[in-house]
Amino acid sequence: MTYLAKPKFRHPSLVPNKLGFTHRDYEGSISTLCAGCGHDSISTALIQACYELDIEPHRVAKLSGIGCSSKTPDYFLGQSHGFNSVHGRMPSVLTGANLANRDLIYLGVSGDGDSASIGLGQFVHCIRRAINMVYITENNGVYGLTKGQFSATADRGSKSKTSVNNDAPIDLIGMALLAGATFVARSFSGDKHQLVPIIKAAISHKGSAFIDVISPCVQFNNGAGSTKSYDFVREHNAAVNRLDFIEERDEITAEYEPGTVQEVEQHDGSILRLHKLHLDYDPSDRVHAMNYLQQHHEKGEVVTGLLYLDPEPRDTHAALNTVDVPLNSLGTRELCPGSKALEGINDDYR
Amino acid sequence: MSIDMAEGRAGSPAGARPGVKPTDINNPDYFHKVVDCQWACPAHTPVPEYIRLIAAGRYSDAYMVNWHSNVFPGILGRTCDRPCEPACRRGRVEEQPVAICRLKRVAADNKDDIRGRLPKPATKKNGKRVALIGAGPASLTVARDLLPLGYHVVLYDQDPQAGGMMRTQIPKFRLPERVLDEEVDYILDLEPELKLGNRISSMKALLAENYDAIFVGCGAPRGRDLDIPGRKEAAANIHIGIDWLSSVSFGHTTKIGKRVIVLGGGNTAMDCCRTSRRLGGEKVDVVVRSGFEEMKASPWEKEDAMHEGIPIHNFLVPKAFTHAKGRLTGITFEKVRAEYDAKGKRSLMPSGEPDVHMECDDVLVAVGQENAFPWIEKDVGIEFDRWHMPVVSETTMGSSHPKIFFGGDSAFGPKNIIWAVAHGHDAAISIDRLCKGEPVDAPRPPLVNLASQKMGIHEWTYDNDVALDKRYKVPHLPNDVALKDVRAEVELGFDKALGYAETQRCLNCDVQTVFNRDLCIECDACVDICPLDCITFTENGPEAELRKRLTAPAKNTTQDLYVSDGLKTGRVMVKDEDLCLHCGLCAERCPTGAWDMQKFLLESAQAGHQCRK
Repeated sequence: MTYLAKPKFRHPSLVPNKLGFTHRDYEGSISTLCAGCGHDSISTALIQACYELDIEPHRVAKLSGIGCSSKTPDYFLGQSHGFNSVHGRMPSVLTGANLANRDLIYLGVSGDGDSASIGLGQFVHCIRRAINMVYITENNGVYGLTKGQFSATADRGSKSKTSVNNDAPIDLIGMALLAGATFVARSFSGDKHQLVPIIKAAISHKGSAFIDVISPCVQFNNGAGSTKSYDFVREHNAAVNRLDFIEERDEITAEYEPGTVQEVEQHDGSILRLHKLHLDYDPSDRVHAMNYLQQHHEKGEVVTGLLYLDPEPRDTHAALNTVDVPLNSLGTRELCPGSKALEGINDDYR
Repeated sequence: MSIDMAEGRAGSPAGARPGVKPTDINNPDYFHKVVDCQWACPAHTPVPEYIRLIAAGRYSDAYMVNWHSNVFPGILGRTCDRPCEPACRRGRVEEQPVAICRLKRVAADNKDDIRGRLPKPATKKNGKRVALIGAGPASLTVARDLLPLGYHVVLYDQDPQAGGMMRTQIPKFRLPERVLDEEVDYILDLEPELKLGNRISSMKALLAENYDAIFVGCGAPRGRDLDIPGRKEAAANIHIGIDWLSSVSFGHTTKIGKRVIVLGGGNTAMDCCRTSRRLGGEKVDVVVRSGFEEMKASPWEKEDAMHEGIPIHNFLVPKAFTHAKGRLTGITFEKVRAEYDAKGKRSLMPSGEPDVHMECDDVLVAVGQENAFPWIEKDVGIEFDRWHMPVVSETTMGSSHPKIFFGGDSAFGPKNIIWAVAHGHDAAISIDRLCKGEPVDAPRPPLVNLASQKMGIHEWTYDNDVALDKRYKVPHLPNDVALKDVRAEVELGFDKALGYAETQRCLNCDVQTVFNRDLCIECDACVDICPLDCITFTENGPEAELRKRLTAPAKNTTQDLYVSDGLKTGRVMVKDEDLCLHCGLCAERCPTGAWDMQKFLLESAQAGHQCRK
């Protein structure tokens, strides 16, 4: 935990993005999390992704619940909208916000306690409603704020300084796939080369994107018996692919082995270029993905990368056939079009 | 299954690659270079150390840190050429460096009586006799270092008072006499034998006096003349700059004509023109052959001159002194322009425009200084080079004669006071070793100390809260007062409050970021928090290539990369020292203490230890 604000000095060779911002302009206030917390690296990855995507800060809404992870929206995108909601209830608030204003980019920032325990129902329903959002869990397997009890995502047999976890883990990736998320990825806070392009791809995905980020708790869950420690994740990280996020199509100049590179064009024209590390892995097959994850989890591996992608997602606004403009921008004239219009509507039902 | 961080990136296979060797932080030079100001200072004064003492209101302690290292803190705090300031890291992250030089003066101005802390005259003499030729900064430094060790030091000077060029060439409005006297007296109080007003005319005769060692610190005493038409005829009103300044200094000259032209673009020219303004010169002009930017004078000296209403005219080459009835009437100049050849070498070409004539009553010629050793016989065993300069070792200051040493301007031509001090320290070590029968050219390791500054989770012994803050201006005496008195000091110095504010601009570059590879868990916390993007964890590689792919490119190759040995993932930690603010946030955010902030204190070698306790 740091008392000092980060000095305003900047490296003179920082390159501004299209808006004239450097990555420093996407920072928030100084983190109050423990030194070495993986969550701070995720905040940095979010900052980097938004900087690289030239996102106007006022177009982003950060929503969170309760917990170490849910504190982090204060530490990035200081110029964006933020709402720190009730424990486990971020998905409902986010859903409401999204319905009211479909124009914003929604970042739901949660943790394993907030999403896999108290907010499990909220999490699943938010995903299945196909809200256009990026839902990130900063997953460390423990309740850090209450001194490190195992959370619902801790693996069975996982050891802390004082206890062993005997309960079966909840696999948030598996639940997201089951619930119909159209973009599912897992990454590791200690690997920004993997994480940043995944976040960029998720932001550009017009549907419910879920990213589970293993984020070691240095204070309570980084020991030898933990499956969410820096060492364990590094040793057992089975990355199925590497992702390049490309805003406009360019020529592939490097040469790759046949079958190792796959490109997916998204709805907005951006390209996801996947470098396959496991040739047998197919991120377009949802059932295959679920099986693959279960099999490798059995072997003690942490599968990371872009795990599932539906390039043609339909979000909740499409399903509800709402108007193109944000509902919160509709005025009295649009909302109360008068008795003649009402008669017309009623006539439709006669 | 183990996945290396490099996996998947084209062209960078995991595993061992040729790369930069791990940094050896036990080499004193490594961290010394990070303290740019101290590294740039010829005397290697521990600058951040004394700036912190000033901030703490410990002016006497700050003064003593300076006195041990550079001997003349009060004098240098007003007159130093400040090689430390262009080097200052603050100047790389903000527009202007810390006003290091003027902070030194704050220590000198506000100290208590420190005489009790100075070394005492040696009670036990060692029987060795050393002659110092010239009583300027170089010789005085040798005297200070050797006298407490028991040497019998004989100080010769042609002038009646000690101080050398500090007394004769630096005007009193820049360096008040009381400041000079005070610091010269600290050395004279160590009781050297004084032979002032005594010009040495023969090295042979001096050698015959059987000194154990002789140190030549007689400066560069000859001002260059300008041999152009009219020089002889108008001689009465044409003066050599340094001789004229000396004459003013001793009170022999008190007046000058109303219209004065100063020829030359160095600091002597600036002192000449400003002195003229105070001795009756109403219209004083500086005329320089070269362009404004290439002038040798320090930028602040040019500014001060212009502030006193003295225009500087550039690209004018003096052609002839004009005169009538045996009296100077002015100077004719040829207009030139600068041309650069393919190698960037400049030459001044006639511009073809008509010549310019400027009227004046007096001319001061300040176009350079030369060394002159007419008193050193060719056959005494001192080798001279083709520029008639003695061949002198830059480390020992020894000449080809085993007992004769040189320092200050007489060693390598005109430099400045702080170089003279540095030479003096080196020569004193050599003389001490010579007299003890030790090898003179053996290494001279500095005293080095590296100690953690950690006091708590986020508490350090130093103030690490750095903020943007522009350099503070030193208040000046108003022109109408200053120009009336050649002895009225123009710069008033920072008061305590301004001085404190300026100390807060120091980045404490001596508090080093020390990395312990064995403790690092590669969590990236330091990378994420570093405000200047200095830290990267990556695969090793050849330095030139490595510099390009850091978090922020390391373009300043004069600044080192701090590279660790291989970490668990096979990567290395690379820190670009260039723009590090020494804010300590990497250490505060490090969960394992792999980063620590440790104060690096380096004191250059000096003869004996008496003067740096």
